[in-house]
Amino acid sequence: MKLKEKLIELLLQLFTSVTIFTTIGIIVVLLFESISFFSNVSIIEFFTSTKWTPLFSEKHFGILALASGTILTSLIAIGIALPVGLTIAIYLNMYASKSFRKLIKPFLEILAAIPTVVYGFFALAFVTPVLQEIYPNLETFNSLSAGIVMGIMIIPFISSLSEDALYAVPKSLKEAAFGMGSTRFQTAFKVMVPAASSGIVISVILAISRAIGETMIVAIAAGQQPQFTLNPTIPVQTITSYIVQVSMGDAPQGSLEYQTIFAAGLTLFVFTFLLNSFSFYVKKKYQEKYE
Amino acid sequence: MNNHQKNRIIDLTFKVYGFLFTAISVLILFILLYAIIKAGYSRINWDFLTGLPSRKPENAGIYTAIMGTFYIMVVTLIISIPVGVGAGIYLEEYAKKNGLTNFLEINISNLAGVPSIIYGLLGLGVFVRFFGFGGSILSGALTLSLLILPVIIVATREAIKAVPSSLRDASFAMGASKWQTIQYVVLPTSFGGILTGIILALSRAIGETAPLIVVGAMAYVPFAPKSLFDTFSVLPMQIFTWTTRPQTGFAVAASGAIIILLLITFIMNGIAVYFRNKWQKQLQ
Repeated sequence: MKLKEKLIELLLQLFTSVTIFTTIGIIVVLLFESISFFSNVSIIEFFTSTKWTPLFSEKHFGILALASGTILTSLIAIGIALPVGLTIAIYLNMYASKSFRKLIKPFLEILAAIPTVVYGFFALAFVTPVLQEIYPNLETFNSLSAGIVMGIMIIPFISSLSEDALYAVPKSLKEAAFGMGSTRFQTAFKVMVPAASSGIVISVILAISRAIGETMIVAIAAGQQPQFTLNPTIPVQTITSYIVQVSMGDAPQGSLEYQTIFAAGLTLFVFTFLLNSFSFYVKKKYQEKYE
Repeated sequence: MNNHQKNRIIDLTFKVYGFLFTAISVLILFILLYAIIKAGYSRINWDFLTGLPSRKPENAGIYTAIMGTFYIMVVTLIISIPVGVGAGIYLEEYAKKNGLTNFLEINISNLAGVPSIIYGLLGLGVFVRFFGFGGSILSGALTLSLLILPVIIVATREAIKAVPSSLRDASFAMGASKWQTIQYVVLPTSFGGILTGIILALSRAIGETAPLIVVGAMAYVPFAPKSLFDTFSVLPMQIFTWTTRPQTGFAVAASGAIIILLLITFIMNGIAVYFRNKWQKQLQ
């Protein structure tokens, strides 16, 4: 009896340790292949060259060309998702009736549940043609359309996490502001948003991290041409869509081409790890505790 | 105009904006659904569901992709449910509050934020190459299992937390051991919550494309998989390959496949919401 109890605890402990091995696995795999990569390619070129052409005969390995694609599409996405998502959160928390909120929230949840490959197809087949009506010089593959649709995908993350943060602010603060004669707008922006700021900042950081790691939308709608540019109307390639491009081919293990996706992956992992750690830091340090 | 009036106008303006932004977001959802249904509904028929992929868009079907998705999901569930629920139970019922547990928790929340394509690279390096499983069902399912593990663990912990401690105490007072208490009291009471978490995690896994591309999901698979070591395609992978073809016929086929994928996703989310509501009522 005692033995069985002990064995079960050991088994559960083993299951929990899978999470540790996952992290170790990610780091070891990325580092292992990246070290081989950097024994062939100078680390200075990797971080300073603005050309990324590992698949051509004249090879350049400048991650900036991919990173600029990632940053450009993410900036457009956050530029849409932050104002819209935050406005929705404040509207639902401060203005909307309870029944309206109950009606609208499931739809926002559906928006978050749609697979990203569907958003990618929507961007390429429907949003890009509409944008081309307005701006005829827009190319078929571009970061504008991909970024906008990615922004739409991220709206529910910001709106629901920010609303949770607003909801956690004690009612007394809100009522005190109303009691002083503040309008709902003044209460929202002078009391509620500052009080919930750490939660809102966390929601935005997680949204950025999500945008940087997003793959299918950019792989389908933003193109496959690494360009060091901030022009949203031309094709670009992100770190993630480069990994997809190489994976769709058949890169033999040990080839430089195979190693590039791990070096690109490591860069991406470091990016998102820093962002996630920063959000964790904000949570620990600034989360206001209300009794 | 005095200050008071000005403030009222600002207040009203923001109210209108807030309503518009909310309404437009929901409207976009309907536009997306409408556009895809309009483009793809003509392809939804028995031949499409049971047909093999083809070079000719009007003959192309999704049978092998659906079977691939089905097998991958079954294997993913077999792996991720015991490990995820087990880890959730351990952290909630066994783990002591110490530095190690704190580290485990931080690590899990960090894993939840790792982009899915990185899990693909992990699967490629470990399962496909190191263990030599190749671009198989097994490699794909192991990779997706690790991806959804944090979701299942967090859901399990939340569900177990909701179990009143009086129930546990009663069980211990009757002389039950720790595991007996978990098996006969904690798990049955938290079952609804755990189930909801598992369904939501699975619905996320079904829509995942990027990690499976990296571990080697195929653009064209002529047979439904028969063993764990067979190559595979999945529904989102099929959609992706069709979107990259220039012929318009493939865009229609992709829309048809998206309708099926969205149906599966929405039905699973609906079931999850149903179980969540039922379970929450039960708890009260």
